[in-house]
Amino acid sequence: MKEFLRNSEHLLRVVFLLVLGLTAFLLIRWAVVPPEFGKYGHFRPAALDDIRARQVKFAGHQTCEGCHTDVAEEKNKGKHAGVNCEACHGPLARHAEDPGSLLPQLPDTAVLCARCHEANAGKPKSFPQVVTADHSAGLACKTCHQPHTPKIGG
Amino acid sequence: MEMTRRELLAKSGKFILLTSAAATAWEYVLAGKAEAAPNYDMTKHWWAMVIDIEKCIGCGNCVRACEAENDVPPGYFRTWVERYHVDDWDLEHPQVDSPNGAHDGFPERYKSGGKTFFVPKLCNHCADSPCVQVCPVGATFHTPDGVVLVDQKYCLGCRYCIQACPYGCRFLNPRTNTADKCTLCYHRITKGLTTACCEACPTQARVLADLKNPKDPVHEFLRTHSVQVLKPHMATGAKVFYKNLDGSVR
Amino acid sequence: MHTLLPGVEGYMYPNEIELQWSVLIVLYPYITGLVAGAFILASLERVFKVEAVKPTYRLALLVALAFLLVAPLPLQLHLGHPERSLEMYLTPHRSSAMAMFGFVYLWYLMIVLLMEIWLDYRKNIVEWAESATGVRKWIYRLLTLGSRNVTPAALRIDDRVGYFITLIGIPSAFLLHGYVGFIFGSVKANPWWSTPLMPVVFIFSAMVSGIAAVLLLYMLASKLRGTRIDMRCVDTIARYLLYTFIIDFSLEMLDLIHRLYEADESLRALDFMVHTKLYFSQVILQIFLGTLLPIALLGLTQIAKLSEKARRLIYTTSGCLTLVSILAMRWNVVIGGQLFSKSFLGYTTYKMGFATREGLLPALALLVLPCIILYVLVKLLPPWPENEEQSLARFGRL
Repeated sequence: MKEFLRNSEHLLRVVFLLVLGLTAFLLIRWAVVPPEFGKYGHFRPAALDDIRARQVKFAGHQTCEGCHTDVAEEKNKGKHAGVNCEACHGPLARHAEDPGSLLPQLPDTAVLCARCHEANAGKPKSFPQVVTADHSAGLACKTCHQPHTPKIGG
Repeated sequence: MEMTRRELLAKSGKFILLTSAAATAWEYVLAGKAEAAPNYDMTKHWWAMVIDIEKCIGCGNCVRACEAENDVPPGYFRTWVERYHVDDWDLEHPQVDSPNGAHDGFPERYKSGGKTFFVPKLCNHCADSPCVQVCPVGATFHTPDGVVLVDQKYCLGCRYCIQACPYGCRFLNPRTNTADKCTLCYHRITKGLTTACCEACPTQARVLADLKNPKDPVHEFLRTHSVQVLKPHMATGAKVFYKNLDGSVR
Repeated sequence: MHTLLPGVEGYMYPNEIELQWSVLIVLYPYITGLVAGAFILASLERVFKVEAVKPTYRLALLVALAFLLVAPLPLQLHLGHPERSLEMYLTPHRSSAMAMFGFVYLWYLMIVLLMEIWLDYRKNIVEWAESATGVRKWIYRLLTLGSRNVTPAALRIDDRVGYFITLIGIPSAFLLHGYVGFIFGSVKANPWWSTPLMPVVFIFSAMVSGIAAVLLLYMLASKLRGTRIDMRCVDTIARYLLYTFIIDFSLEMLDLIHRLYEADESLRALDFMVHTKLYFSQVILQIFLGTLLPIALLGLTQIAKLSEKARRLIYTTSGCLTLVSILAMRWNVVIGGQLFSKSFLGYTTYKMGFATREGLLPALALLVLPCIILYVLVKLLPPWPENEEQSLARFGRL
């Protein structure tokens, strides 16, 4: 046995180096791997917090309707009841938080309305659509239609 | 100064190890403690989405809203809309286009004949997602409430998940050099809001659904309509349900 | 409109237009393949007692080491965050083939290759630690790990352990490169990659490339050193190259025939791609020039009685064609798998940069680097069985 150990002592040096390497690796792992990694699955739980902390840009129609009750009432009677405020007015969470800090720009109806209502073969036949060039000859849609209650005459 | 091979190897190895360790550790120091959403219990929700093809008008509002809400770099898409044109019976050869992901809608193209419709697409937040399966480090994962997310601080940018996604919904974000995709607006839905794309959709073609909420209208909807998922043969457990998805859709 | 997008035909999902894995990811399986192949050749002598190839035993091991050291570099250059790459070892995701491969690589490098080289060279290292001068002396002294134990009994133990390591080294080499094949073959989203044959095809094409590399390097080194090429050795190596090539080709043809016969939804898109975008790299370069021609040439040496000179010419030509062929195969798998849309309705183009991080220039540098490392290794640990005194004398001068 002693003879065998003496003859293979060089191999024991290799084993020693490997053990040293493994120890170093385990130490680094203990020091660097984020705490609670694996709590909910194979990932870093703090990632959930990072993602949840992102800034909200669209306030959501319930928030708009909280202040602008008159517009909400009017809109809910008409064809655009299902169209949320920010679908046309853009992201306004900053305005909801501090109305004075961001005044919403009124969109140009000639461009905005065409996005949905320009005739296109892909759109469902039942969806109201026109070829704007023929329909309004370049006039802005707001000339005849009130966007919150778009049906003319009610 | 000449170095032995072994010395060079050992020194480089140590350098790489320590630099990587230090870099990783430093990022956690910098990360700090983010503001968590109070009162949100992950175990009480199981998120999905329902998309009604017959309501989609291809306006592209969802694509623009997502870009605004999530700072999506131009040219990359967390959500996009495809237009399909199918001539008669030939389902295997639809004509498909998605100009800039439908960011600015669709120019008119198919004036007559055949059938044309729009298909909004996004990450399907698969219950058995192949993307999570292949991530080597756990940077992409399932949350307990059914959303597939990417940890931007942990992702290596190896792009294996992008290769593994059958739906093409992932991309490499050039600003963060990490994989990126739809997060189902996790930062909104955990606060009781709906996703940006659903908020902006003028026809309510896209509707967020919480399968664990017994009062959610999705249950009645699923009971009374035929629904499909994309690429069912992939068995990914996709949770974006399409109503009236044509057989030609890829 | 999509037709106006440069390089795109038909329809691609918007996020698919840009390729994700570049030429660096083509290099990676190529390099690990050379490692596995060179090692298998070395094991022919050690385990299967093919005496004829003994002159290339040590050279094959050094070739494997030179390429294995370079293998992680294309990956590091490719990563979005190379500084985070340690995460693969710290928090490996056990379901990910890529993560598990990190450990296979580490196992192979440390336990198999380095140990085998060390054990085989140890007696020489101890001798050189005594006789060399200057900085070399210190290199050898370090390599002895402080042990001068070279008694016959110790060397017998070395031999036994070395044999055992080579024995487990063979499945380890298969695992090393089979895993790379599995990384592609297990992606169900991609029909060009997804096949159970992928790891097997990768292993055999790796063996072909590794054997060809050692064959060429041995002939080149003999020419540079002015020593005689052992024809019995290269004849044997060439024979093994031929056999392996035939198996490799059969496997690739099996995959092709299977696809053509089953004709599933992906076939039309893939078939079109092979006939257009991949025509040069797959049909011309990989199949005709790279496989059929070398097989024919090598087959000729088995059927006809050719002169030494003719045989050497055929081996050199076949060897070079083989190396190009296997590189083309990796290209066709990696790049080809990303040229078509997962909607099966369109194709994109690969725009390879030149002096960019993932461009042609770093790719070429990464192919040259292992040769430089090999040169250093050969100078430090001469693999030539004869002329050992000459090598020592050369050391003294340097």
